[in-house]
Amino acid sequence: MSATVDAWRVPAGGESAQEVRGSVVVASELARRFGEVDAVRGVSFQISEGEVFGFLGPNGAGKTTTIGMLCTLLRPTSGSALVAGHDVVRERLAVRRSIGLVFQDPTLDQYLSGEENLRFHAYAYGVPKREREQRMRALLELMELWERRKDPVRDYSGGMKRRLELARGLLHRPRVLFLDEPTLGLDPQTRNRIWEYVLELRRREGVTIFLTTHYMDEAEHCDRLAVIDHGEIVALDTPEALKDSVGGDVVTLRAEDNAAAAEELERRYGLSPQPANGTVSFTVAHGEEFLPGLVREFPVPLLAVGVRRPTLDDVFLELTGRAIRDEHADELAQLRRMARMRGR
Amino acid sequence: MEVVVRGAWVIAYRELLRYVRERARVISSLAMPLVFLVIFGAGLNRSMGRLTGGVDYLQFMYPGIIAMTVFMSSLMSGLSVVWDREFGFLKEVLVAPLSPAGIVFGKALGAATIALGQALILLLLAPFIGVHVSVMLVLELVPLLLVISFALSGLGLLIASRMHSQQSFQLVMQIVIFPLTFLAGIFFAVNNVPTWMAVVSKLDPLTYGVDAIRRLFLEGQVPATGTPNQLFGVEVLGHTTHAFEDILVVVLLGALLLGAAAVTFGRQE
Repeated sequence: MSATVDAWRVPAGGESAQEVRGSVVVASELARRFGEVDAVRGVSFQISEGEVFGFLGPNGAGKTTTIGMLCTLLRPTSGSALVAGHDVVRERLAVRRSIGLVFQDPTLDQYLSGEENLRFHAYAYGVPKREREQRMRALLELMELWERRKDPVRDYSGGMKRRLELARGLLHRPRVLFLDEPTLGLDPQTRNRIWEYVLELRRREGVTIFLTTHYMDEAEHCDRLAVIDHGEIVALDTPEALKDSVGGDVVTLRAEDNAAAAEELERRYGLSPQPANGTVSFTVAHGEEFLPGLVREFPVPLLAVGVRRPTLDDVFLELTGRAIRDEHADELAQLRRMARMRGR
Repeated sequence: MEVVVRGAWVIAYRELLRYVRERARVISSLAMPLVFLVIFGAGLNRSMGRLTGGVDYLQFMYPGIIAMTVFMSSLMSGLSVVWDREFGFLKEVLVAPLSPAGIVFGKALGAATIALGQALILLLLAPFIGVHVSVMLVLELVPLLLVISFALSGLGLLIASRMHSQQSFQLVMQIVIFPLTFLAGIFFAVNNVPTWMAVVSKLDPLTYGVDAIRRLFLEGQVPATGTPNQLFGVEVLGHTTHAFEDILVVVLLGALLLGAAAVTFGRQE
């Protein structure tokens, strides 16, 4: 781990102004408990203007709760946060004016048209009339929804609804756009397209994006990533640095006798191999150069050997000892998807 | 202040937009009062004969039916909140830079506008029932109905602020609303019933709304002689309420309910 939470921790005293400059979101020891459950246990981080910042973690890690506190829907139990320079507890209206939100579950009025949903939003945020129509058109065109703007939202596909919500979230020119699991429940193809739109929006609008996800491929799009587990940030860095922190490449091999192979790897090279699903895997620096030697002199007969760059999955596994997408999490996602489909 | 005003009108605007989109709702919210008017009117008018003051039963019931329409439509404001919560739209509203008071006021304003529109549609039936409607009466009726509607919207919104499914809201409505409606003196004069019922009826705030509307319609048609206090006024502790006292009860209740609803809406989780 090259950079831990501490590198980003805001000083407890008042001297944080220096650090705060240029940061559009500053969270200091933000915590929230629900009854007996500590959903978020004191997270601290800063997000710079224009950054795409991600929260990566399994379901129930505290991602949505953190967003809830930053967008003033939930009151922090302790700690504080500034969004666009405004305190999330004392200046709720000012915070709300400067943020856009796309929630996990759709929050559109299904009985109104796409255009009417946007217009409602513009009224609610007090967007001046002249700007309103221009901006609605520009965003609808960018999201390729202009042709369908008069159709009721209930006739939209899941991907179209998401795009409309993205357009709506940006309508009032927020400084920070919060995306809570922006592609949850969408098929892989639609997910990729949504991401193209998000990155295009960021390029054109220069808006800061805070997103949560439990998809590794999605996390790769972030400039910086906080890995969150059980309500705590366990690592915070660029995706590349996080992957480097695993300590080299991931080698996976299958031997005639996996247990013997693991033992031998430990004895000969001082590695810490982990058996999984009939294979043994370990991380080693410069994997490609390590392999030929291993194959030449390894005493246990090998059946298959592979080497790859570490993924964020490996990072999560390394940090928490668990895979991020365990079966339970998948089940929950499945249930949620079904519930959403019924709601439509 | 700006966030209250903007909140109120933007929410009311959307309520009305939704209302005109849902034709079924327009019809269904008028259907119930009409069914009562026609069936009870036709069924009971003859057997009841003339009531004190020379008013027949249909004429007696008609202002009550207008009140009932206003109750029903006003309480729909609560259903729309529960609906919004279930379908997620409430989050869009709650996270917008609007004040809770503005949101509550907007929901009530939307419901009151709809309620008023429906009551005015029912006014078209007045000639068939033999109730005289003057311009003056309409001018007095509009603010009165608005006040009643705001108060009842407050009740609907207060209940809705804690409800998470339409089923539970409907259930509460049935438990709370039907007794309140039937005891409000729409179908009978509250001063002429068994004591236990009279006590409950006089505790029912809707009773005062019904009485205020009925006075407006019928007081002019009833000759000053006779004992009209069987028809008008609510006898409370030996005192028969005047129209302005009726309205005062409704206004106080409305302020209380709307205030409470705004507080529950504004509470941050």
